[in-house]
Amino acid sequence: MIRSEILKEIAPILRDQLVVCNIGIPSQELHAIDDQPSNFYMLGTMGLASSIGLGLALAQPKPVVVIDGDGSILTNMGTLPTIANNVAKNYILMIIDNGSYGSTGDQPTYTGKKTSLAKVAEACGCERVIECRDVDTGTVLQEALDSGEMTIMVVKCDSGNAKMPVITMDPVVIRDRFMKAVQA
Amino acid sequence: MSISSKIVDDVVAAGIEFVTTVPCKQLAGVIDEVEARPEIYHIPSNKEDEGMGLCAGAFMGGKKPMIIMQNTAIGVTINTLATLTQFYRMPLPMLISYRGELREPVACQVEMAVHTKALLNQLLIPTFHFHAEADAEELPEILKYTFMCNKPVAILTDASFWGGYGDQ
Repeated sequence: MIRSEILKEIAPILRDQLVVCNIGIPSQELHAIDDQPSNFYMLGTMGLASSIGLGLALAQPKPVVVIDGDGSILTNMGTLPTIANNVAKNYILMIIDNGSYGSTGDQPTYTGKKTSLAKVAEACGCERVIECRDVDTGTVLQEALDSGEMTIMVVKCDSGNAKMPVITMDPVVIRDRFMKAVQA
Repeated sequence: MSISSKIVDDVVAAGIEFVTTVPCKQLAGVIDEVEARPEIYHIPSNKEDEGMGLCAGAFMGGKKPMIIMQNTAIGVTINTLATLTQFYRMPLPMLISYRGELREPVACQVEMAVHTKALLNQLLIPTFHFHAEADAEELPEILKYTFMCNKPVAILTDASFWGGYGDQ
């Protein structure tokens, strides 16, 4: 499965959650598949989805699902120790690990080679780390939500992108409707 | 009362409950105070752009955030300031240790000091410079201003403000 197929499959689970989505094609795909006010789309700033999501989870009680990528985590590797040492039980970091920088032309990342993000997360001190296959994403995500424990998911899947339009919504609109969904 | 505890009193009085820090020698006293206050969730960052991401999330979650860092971080965070904090119109007070000014013992710090105000100016970031201890009397107004206008705002604090480096 490629990322867009996973997103289509888990859209019914994501719909009721606060979702922080990674920059570029992941946000375009989520926006096209199931746009919701409870989705925060990153339009720029490579690497910070996991950090934005952690700040959000620590600041309020609703569950937060971050849809991140292997390239994004590699860009901001310092995020994993911060996550491990500031436990937010309402935080789920879902790393779609397709071993490539999807938004820039599918150049390979190191996670498709020797580097294991699940092992890095564990070594950083994250306690509930689950590496799963693409087909199991929905089950593992639902279990993570039901567990009430902070969870780091590493979803191993194929490299590839769906053709989706660029998000033209104004960033302040994205932020404003998202904050209203947080407060609802 | 020490200047560090006065600053953090003002931070608490402004309703700021979420503070991320990347350390600097000049900021050690303030960071200790932030850590000690029960009103503040203190989350150390490994890099300043990471910290700005945390602050963006905390703001959207309903908390007033703040970042405390060194001026060298301006070199690290320009993209984040432009494409996250400014693009989505989020407030972010930045208490910044302004290294490389008078009384600086480390030559390399001057290399970023000469770019600091120019970069902040280029980014159209409102910037205040604390040189003498009395300058900190404006801090409550600066914090109020930041959350009024929903912008990142820089507060540069130099070595003279912090009382220098002892014998160096």
